[in-house]
Amino acid sequence: MTQSVVVQVGQCGNQIGCCFWDLALREHAAVNQKGIYDEAISSFFRNVDTRVVGDGGSISKGKICSLKARVLEDEFPEVYRFVTSIYPSGEDDVITSPYNSILAMKELNEHADCVLPIDNQSLFDIISKIDLMVNSGKLGTTVKPKSLVTSSSGALKKQHKKPFDAMNNIVANLLLNLTSSARFEGSLNMDLNEISMNLVPFPQLHYLVSSLTPLYTLTDVNIPPRRLDQMFSDAFSKDHQLLRADPKHSLYLACALMVRGNVQISDLRRNIERLKPSLQFVSWNQEGWKTSLCSVPPVGHSHSLLALANNTCVKPTFMELKERFMRLYKKKAHLHHYLQVEGMEESCFTEAVSSLSALIQEYDQLDATKNMPVQDLPRLSIAM
Amino acid sequence: MRENEAYQASCKERFFSEEENGVPIARAVLVDMEPKVINQTLSKAAQSGQWKYGQHACFCQKQGSGNNWAYGYSVHGPRHEESIMNIIRKEVEKCDSFSGFFIIMSMAGGTGSGLGAFVTQNLEDQYSNSLKMNQIIWPYGTGEVIVQNYNSILTLSHLYRSSDALLLHENDAIHKICAKLMNIKQISFSDINQVLAHQLGSVFQPTYSAESSFHYRRNPLGDLMEHLVPHPEFKMLSVRNIPHMSENSLAYTTFTWAGLLKHLRQMLISNAKMEEGIDRHVWPPLSGLPPLSKMSLNKDLHFNTSIANLVILRGKDVQSADVEGFKDPALYTSWLKPVNAFNVWKTQRAFSKYEKSAVLVSNSQFLVKPLDMIVGKAWNMFASKAYIHQYTKFGIEEEDFLDSFTSLEQVVASYCNL
Repeated sequence: MTQSVVVQVGQCGNQIGCCFWDLALREHAAVNQKGIYDEAISSFFRNVDTRVVGDGGSISKGKICSLKARVLEDEFPEVYRFVTSIYPSGEDDVITSPYNSILAMKELNEHADCVLPIDNQSLFDIISKIDLMVNSGKLGTTVKPKSLVTSSSGALKKQHKKPFDAMNNIVANLLLNLTSSARFEGSLNMDLNEISMNLVPFPQLHYLVSSLTPLYTLTDVNIPPRRLDQMFSDAFSKDHQLLRADPKHSLYLACALMVRGNVQISDLRRNIERLKPSLQFVSWNQEGWKTSLCSVPPVGHSHSLLALANNTCVKPTFMELKERFMRLYKKKAHLHHYLQVEGMEESCFTEAVSSLSALIQEYDQLDATKNMPVQDLPRLSIAM
Repeated sequence: MRENEAYQASCKERFFSEEENGVPIARAVLVDMEPKVINQTLSKAAQSGQWKYGQHACFCQKQGSGNNWAYGYSVHGPRHEESIMNIIRKEVEKCDSFSGFFIIMSMAGGTGSGLGAFVTQNLEDQYSNSLKMNQIIWPYGTGEVIVQNYNSILTLSHLYRSSDALLLHENDAIHKICAKLMNIKQISFSDINQVLAHQLGSVFQPTYSAESSFHYRRNPLGDLMEHLVPHPEFKMLSVRNIPHMSENSLAYTTFTWAGLLKHLRQMLISNAKMEEGIDRHVWPPLSGLPPLSKMSLNKDLHFNTSIANLVILRGKDVQSADVEGFKDPALYTSWLKPVNAFNVWKTQRAFSKYEKSAVLVSNSQFLVKPLDMIVGKAWNMFASKAYIHQYTKFGIEEEDFLDSFTSLEQVVASYCNL
């Protein structure tokens, strides 16, 4: 079993990380009733308590440290670096957030293997939808509390004190689903390095839009096959995306479907066939689907799906980021705060924005191929 | 009863060695770069109580190959060469009459494909007098691994050099068998693997060594290769067997050899993957005349020309089965006489739950179209250079890709021109 080290950075990172560990333990506890430190749990947790093995004692929590992506690359070049990054929404409370974002983007561009951009607005929209569902009071509909993608492990109340708690739990669930195939068994396993291999056709184009489904499970025990297919449809609906973007009207470079629960290869294939016609894939990757089947579903669900799309629909997000940056930078507003810090120069800013411009251009070039007919290229001819 | 004992003994001797307490141990070596699957496999085997894998017959690592052929071939291969070859050597030493290796792998992923190719090459170097047959899983056309076409062309081109024969099983074909013939609603990989195992068993379970003999064949691998691979340029073999049925249907069906063989022959000449929906409008060319059109990859309707065929029949009244239809010279290329191109092995003992069953192992144009498709898709992707950086990172360069394309275009052309 491969092991992963989670590096949680900053307030946002640490708050999300905190939710993650709670949920991860809950997930393993559901599978591992006796609380024995086993192979699956060793993928994320070190066993600090040496009494544990075979004893059924308590499970210890994981340890974290804080380093940055670039340092990780220097120190551990062979290890894959996955980054979930929260992108600021339009109405941001931090004035200089465009500067921070652009500078961070440069690092992510060059030193991360895979980035999963997420925006707060999408997370907030998901919570609103769930609250609506939970409070609708429809006759007979009750939601399993633990199944809420927004619930934390100890949550008994359906109302959330602060929206950030609920939002962080969504991201924590994303991380759990991302790593489920590496932690639990299944008929078609997918490790983190396979995600990077299959979803990153060119080194710069490593930004993946994620969709999580289901967001909750009703207490209705009967789940007919129609509901299973509905799960696949939902993964391609904007309501379930963690980033505001429009993949259906943009170009797919690659797409991964990570399925958990009692789902078989025939279910997977049936749904891909069904959904394919409404999606546009780049000419050299018409069958660009990477799939995995993990037998263990998340707590409170019978099955779940995480879709990761490498799609040109991320371009508007980056263009908006660049625009907001330019508005500030043109006036050199607040720049002196940054330049006072040792090692920061104006060239850092210009390099960062030009790196982002280059990225946007790559997406432009791909978009230009969108409605062109797919042609087979002439093959090598062999003299017989 | 004696018959059955002899069959069991032959099967046991070939596939198992024995431990002191009498539990048969599979003559197998398991290799993977991550532990989950091997652990599952070992415990499943032990659960049966009737056999198990050897304690030290596994080689496992922690990190996987990331679906990367280059990683499996250039990193894992050299790194673990010594350990893996040592385990293999120990297993070979346990054999009294060792004939060769049967290597089971997929070509879509990173370990089976890349490390599998590396190990096969090593076996060629270290055991050059032994036979090597690779059993390869041909991935679904869509949706398993995005870089599967790259991994496939690298695997096939390398194996063409170091293996003696490639026995290819297509996931798509087996999936259809599960859906249409076995009536399985929610098809799992376990179902697919059962059909695969059945196909392998129907080929490699004991068979009589000659028309009227009652001794079991001692070297089926060798005999098979001798019959089916007369020329090193033509190594691709495929399997078609009949019947496939669910338990329920079986109770209500009776088979005749004439019926089974007629279907099997039509499957052969019309390039059908299973015994339903066979195209009845394909006929062999009139004998003495050249085929109406050289195989065109664009036409759906064409006649499947064979180099060599082997039919294995198992079951009641097998001696009465008439295989003359398979000796028609029109089925074969002109450079082998039908008496050399066609062989039949008949065994009275039935296989699995089928009173009568037939399997065809064929070296023919069966796989040209799928191969051409994979090469085409890989070529389109290569032209855009997509994913190439993932391979060059680990030492597989663009020239290596070009070499693979060239080799496989050659194979496609050779088979097309039969």
